[in-house]
Amino acid sequence: MKGYSALRLFVEGLGGQKGWGPAWRSPAPKGRYDAIVIGGGGHGLATAYYLAKLHGITNVAVLERGWLGGGNTGRNTTIIRSNYYYPQSARLYDFSLKLYEGLSRDLNYNIMFSQRGMVIIANSRHELESATRWVGAMRLNGIDTEMVDVSEIERRIPILDTSRSARLPVWGGFIQKRAGTARHDAVAWGFARAADALGVDIIQNCEVRGFRKDASGRVAGVETSLGFIAATRIGMAAAGHSTVVADMAGVRLPVTSYALQAFVSEPLKPVLDTVMLSLGTGLYVSQSDKGGLVFGGALDHYPSYAQRGNMPTIRSVAAAVADQMPSLGRVRIARHWAGIVDVVPDSSPILGQTPVPGLYINCGWGTGGFKAIPAGGYLLAHHLATDRPHELAEPFGLARFATGALIDETAAAGIAH
Amino acid sequence: MLLISCPWCGPRDEIEFRCGGESHIRRPDPSVSDAAWADYLFTRSNPKGVNLERWVHAFGCRRWFNLARDTVTHEIRAVYRMDEPGPQAPGGGGP
Repeated sequence: MKGYSALRLFVEGLGGQKGWGPAWRSPAPKGRYDAIVIGGGGHGLATAYYLAKLHGITNVAVLERGWLGGGNTGRNTTIIRSNYYYPQSARLYDFSLKLYEGLSRDLNYNIMFSQRGMVIIANSRHELESATRWVGAMRLNGIDTEMVDVSEIERRIPILDTSRSARLPVWGGFIQKRAGTARHDAVAWGFARAADALGVDIIQNCEVRGFRKDASGRVAGVETSLGFIAATRIGMAAAGHSTVVADMAGVRLPVTSYALQAFVSEPLKPVLDTVMLSLGTGLYVSQSDKGGLVFGGALDHYPSYAQRGNMPTIRSVAAAVADQMPSLGRVRIARHWAGIVDVVPDSSPILGQTPVPGLYINCGWGTGGFKAIPAGGYLLAHHLATDRPHELAEPFGLARFATGALIDETAAAGIAH
Repeated sequence: MLLISCPWCGPRDEIEFRCGGESHIRRPDPSVSDAAWADYLFTRSNPKGVNLERWVHAFGCRRWFNLARDTVTHEIRAVYRMDEPGPQAPGGGGP
């Protein structure tokens, strides 16, 4: 791999930019790998990267049904934060945030991580009281959150309607200054390029159609659209399709798949230099470097595998923008799309061993998987390489549903889902 | 936008309804193992294809009924009452 640098950009410019090769290979699958990762999104690619980099396991294939980062990795609103309530979650997501802070340098790929801060707005007395409680817990967990009053919110988000006559009055809120956004495609591409350079085979347009097991019940490989591929350690990071993949292995999951929509407006001059989340409407919005407002809200209302959105939800999200930021009321939506998210009853991920020996899982991130990509990959790689859960992943095993040790972030994380 | 035929009120827009999740889940005897109880509480078939699910006409007659709905195309294959068995459709989601 030739490194990316300002010097190289200059030198390639002298040669008419003709010296750039593909960022990763597109090899045909080998017959056998030491480990297979199902899913070529951020979590799967990060898993392969950390397997190769930290554990020296480089004979690895990433199998992707479509194209790299074409699922939820390329369909989110790019928000990265770690303001979670429970200690287990705070440790997990802050570990991810710390990995993100060093990721551009680690991968030699500019993921455009912008720690522009995230302001969470309380729109009622009750929300403000809840927010105060959450911030107390988060600070005890070592997360850099602090309460902010209305005048500080006005200063940070001038386009927000904070008047007394506002449809959704602003009572106060809190901020995490280390939160921010990153370019989501770059996260997938950066991990892909770095994993490929370490010897990982990234195989796109390769759909897993079944598992083969040996006499003891351990996984022996996967049947794919490109034929059988053998491996005795398999990790799956299939997000909204986790149930579909797990069904093939005979594993049942506490997962329901829903569509989550995201929207981009026409480009505007800079109007918003932070990430805003409203507790009253569930609206979250930031402005991209191209000027488009990137925003989203709640899930669509019923289970879906269709990667497209539904009108009533579009209407309620757009109404939230118009209500809370009236100056944006006439801004047009340029694009919208949906990703299929894997929702778990306690809104916490499922990480670790499945009942099938040799098959490990990373799923259940629901609406918040993008922020967890480096940690999700790091922890799945650890489990695949050592056959033991990392201490950060241990509380998030599938067993918690039977023991009752749920990590119920459903309402506690400061967002509606 | 779905057009859902309430068995009592006829076809109405989806915004009048709420989805109540998977149908035909039977509560086991409380003496079952923790794993079986967890399965009852949390495990869902979540099929990519026909899903049998409960809906309520929340802003209408407020009565519950079942839908057999495709989770990829969102096509509604059948509407049936709470006490009726689900249609045996390919794609999973059966009782």
